[in-house]
Amino acid sequence: MTPLELIAGALIALGAVFFIAGTVGVLRFPDIFCRLHALTKADGLGLGLVALGVGLLAASPGAVVRIALVWFFVVVASATCSHLIARHALERARRERS
Amino acid sequence: MIDTMVIFDLLLAVAVVALAVASMTTRDMFAAIVLFVVFGLLSALAWVRLSAPDVALAEAAIGTGVTGALLLRTLHHVQTVERKAAPEPLPVPMGVQIANAAFCGLLTLGLAAAFAGAPRGGPGFDLLVADAMSISGVDHPVTAVLLNFRAYDTLMEVVVLLAAVIAVWQIERGLSDAPAPALGEVWQGFARLTLPAIVVVGTYLLWVGSSAPGGAFQGGAVLAAVGLLLLLSRLYVPRPSHRGAARVAFVLGTGAFAAVALLVTGGGRMPFEYPLEHAKTLILLIEGLVTISIAVTLAALFHGREPVALPERAAGTGGRDDA
Repeated sequence: MTPLELIAGALIALGAVFFIAGTVGVLRFPDIFCRLHALTKADGLGLGLVALGVGLLAASPGAVVRIALVWFFVVVASATCSHLIARHALERARRERS
Repeated sequence: MIDTMVIFDLLLAVAVVALAVASMTTRDMFAAIVLFVVFGLLSALAWVRLSAPDVALAEAAIGTGVTGALLLRTLHHVQTVERKAAPEPLPVPMGVQIANAAFCGLLTLGLAAAFAGAPRGGPGFDLLVADAMSISGVDHPVTAVLLNFRAYDTLMEVVVLLAAVIAVWQIERGLSDAPAPALGEVWQGFARLTLPAIVVVGTYLLWVGSSAPGGAFQGGAVLAAVGLLLLLSRLYVPRPSHRGAARVAFVLGTGAFAAVALLVTGGGRMPFEYPLEHAKTLILLIEGLVTISIAVTLAALFHGREPVALPERAAGTGGRDDA
């Protein structure tokens, strides 16, 4: 195993840890906002580390760019989704209070 | 190395079946849709593990993305209509339930019979396709099968979409829409950021189809997402006067496909038997036009009804814009 493969493996494993932590957070946290917080951490940081690890192993510069784009759009989409869910939950809570 | 992948495959298979069961048994319709989308994503992963990236792309784009959006749209519509009209949803009649169960049972039996009757192992059609690749006009075996060797099947798939959109325009004629939910500024920014990227990805999927996984259905489904974003952000509002252009776009793929298939006959050729020197051009032409049709049709299905001129409601409500 080359040093590069070792570093890539370590990064992917660390990313997996963030995904597991995010999953535990979704299952254990008390309300929707805390759960979203856990989820976006897993998506952004976990996927970022996995993408970094996979990018180190990628064969061509084109593949690296594509992996980076995948990460970027997943982060943007997941942040937007979380925002929409939180916004909806907030509006519903406001409606029920009034 | 082999062993770890077998464990992964087994976990994946169990997860796919478990998600399918959970999606069908849950009573909460929104949860069922979310489970269905996750089921679709894991199915796409399963297709990747079966070395079928074309099917994986189609499953992810059409089976999960567009279908998930259609289901959510339908749920929103049904809930709004139900809240307005019928407080108590009618129970499904016993006869309908029995008929549904019978048809599903027959379908399952048919699939089981087909599976039991299929030849086990062996090369399948791999060798036949590999032999014929040189006369197909493209470099990617899946595209060669879909657009050349089995082009008639693909034409019928395009016809199915056309029939679906015709049926939707017949049924939902003039029904007024549930009010679109306000999605906020963050979402608008997201739409502005991703719209050009989706156009690039969809066009790339279409273009790459002749030499690598991709093609008309995958590209069309991704481009349909442009229509979904435009409709959801109200950047585009369908008007009755746009119906002509929409009809042309619906029929374009089917029409061009069938026209090419018939026009290449003559000189002893069968329908769909493209002359070799023009095969690539013809296939790309068909794929491009079919992609446009698929994208517009899927977006129209998401919109869910024919835009018709509604009688003007009370002044200031802008009823016509919602048609």
